[in-house]
Amino acid sequence: MTTDLAGGQVIIELLYLIASVLFILSLKWMSSPTTARHGIWAGEIGMLLAICGTLLHHGIVDYRLIFIALVLGSIIGVPLGEVAMTAVPQRTALSHAFGALCVTLVGSAEFYLRAPDISRFMMAVLSLEVILGGLTVTGSLMAAGKLQEILPQRPLTYKGQNFVNFVLLAGALAIAVSLVLHPEARSLFPFMILIALTFGVLLIIPIGGADMPTVISLLNGYAGLSAAAMGFVLDSKLLIIAGALDGSSGLILSIIMSKAMNRSFANVLFGAFGQVQAAAAAGEEARPVRSATPEEAAAILSAANRVIVVPGYGMAVAQAQHKVRELYDALSKRGVDVRFAIHPVAGRMPGHMNVLLAEADIPYDRLIEMEEINGDFPQTDVALVIGANDVTNPAARSDASSPIYGMPILDVDKAHTVMVIKRSLNPGFAGIDNPLYYLDNTLMLFGDAKAFVGSIVRELTGGQG
Amino acid sequence: MNSSSNLINALFIFVLAGFIGFEVIRRVSPLLHTPLMSLTNALDAIAVVGAILLVGEHKSTLSAVFGFIAVVAATSNIVGGFLITDRMLKMFKSSRPAAKSVSQ
Repeated sequence: MTTDLAGGQVIIELLYLIASVLFILSLKWMSSPTTARHGIWAGEIGMLLAICGTLLHHGIVDYRLIFIALVLGSIIGVPLGEVAMTAVPQRTALSHAFGALCVTLVGSAEFYLRAPDISRFMMAVLSLEVILGGLTVTGSLMAAGKLQEILPQRPLTYKGQNFVNFVLLAGALAIAVSLVLHPEARSLFPFMILIALTFGVLLIIPIGGADMPTVISLLNGYAGLSAAAMGFVLDSKLLIIAGALDGSSGLILSIIMSKAMNRSFANVLFGAFGQVQAAAAAGEEARPVRSATPEEAAAILSAANRVIVVPGYGMAVAQAQHKVRELYDALSKRGVDVRFAIHPVAGRMPGHMNVLLAEADIPYDRLIEMEEINGDFPQTDVALVIGANDVTNPAARSDASSPIYGMPILDVDKAHTVMVIKRSLNPGFAGIDNPLYYLDNTLMLFGDAKAFVGSIVRELTGGQG
Repeated sequence: MNSSSNLINALFIFVLAGFIGFEVIRRVSPLLHTPLMSLTNALDAIAVVGAILLVGEHKSTLSAVFGFIAVVAATSNIVGGFLITDRMLKMFKSSRPAAKSVSQ
């Protein structure tokens, strides 16, 4: 294969080289919103060149089926590109499943075409490809199901869960090893796939909705790694590069997400967050809180110089983004400096909250990351928390017995006044009580986020005539 | 067969591409992490080239059928991934109206 390439082959490889360069540029241009759209064009051109190059292969005898498949895939792809922004996390999980499905199927087909004439190393890589691919298919489908709320978001746990998972993984690896040693035992192969698929389901079942940002990132990394493994099997440099890029992206995002939740990968995957809840939620429930009406809230906000809005996923659930945008407009018009503090896990996947706010036409230079904005809270007149809970919980800083102790939070409690829009005092998603609500400088604004922000906006604009 | 040198070449490419990926993606603004993920998803669907060959070369019925499903799955990721990334990026606007002309 490394000897002289035929002329046509050289052209194909050169097209792949250009595609690889375009893919890297595509990611490089994602560094800033001003250049990001060039990144898409680079990616699209690279993809087009790679596909055209592949169609030049002289070994291809049947073009008809290829085109039918390409058209069919495009027909499925268009609606997947047009989902609502709140549904992007489940769409992403679904596309991880599709990507991994492609890799697993190609790996399986290659096995049956080549075995038993397959080198030990190749068989090892191929096993890695289909095991990673297989568990990513079902794991991603489970994650998508949980995000779409077809499946229960609560972690489903049972006794000996980790043991069962471990045995399954060990079983898959044992089959892989025996296939490496005896590739003629082709009948073992389907069992390896089956175990990988089962493992994917069981791996995600015990993981709760709050951990989905980490899980999606991790599955992204797996999908990338399995694609890179496929590149080794097919001896395709382009695929190795694309897989390595995707894999490192998934890995980096997973690290950021798990840091933002102060958890290790092992803890996310095997920890079952849900189990601490019962103990934590049983605290006493009769401390006094101060609450305020929309009129009072509007008066405080319009008297402020600096306001930081802290949005959480609850804001998106209440569909309050556009009302929040109106609030931003009304306050900006009065000369109030309004910014948004974005916690890395504020949405259901990395960066999700930024997309939701950008969709509501809030300028991106007003969206500030946690590390950058945390020092500004002491000089802030009002911190307005909308639909966020755990990411504002001061217990994460001070209470070593809290299940979220050590998790980096937005220091809203340091603002002169904290206003929290919330339906009731019920504990949030993770079931942990939030001492923020009982502080002297906290005002609770009880009600639906959308309706409450709407009333504040009416007060603010009505006053101006 | 020169498969061991092929393997070493492939490992070099993998490791170097991993480093490039790490350095490039570290610099991606957290603002754009969601579009980043949908973009890498679309790029990852380059696996379609392997699937296209399976369908086109038609070496066995099984490989053609698996390849066909694989092409459909990967193509839907390419089309859907680029579409939604573009939709998301279009929404990111700056509050400084001049920013558009300033950015080269």
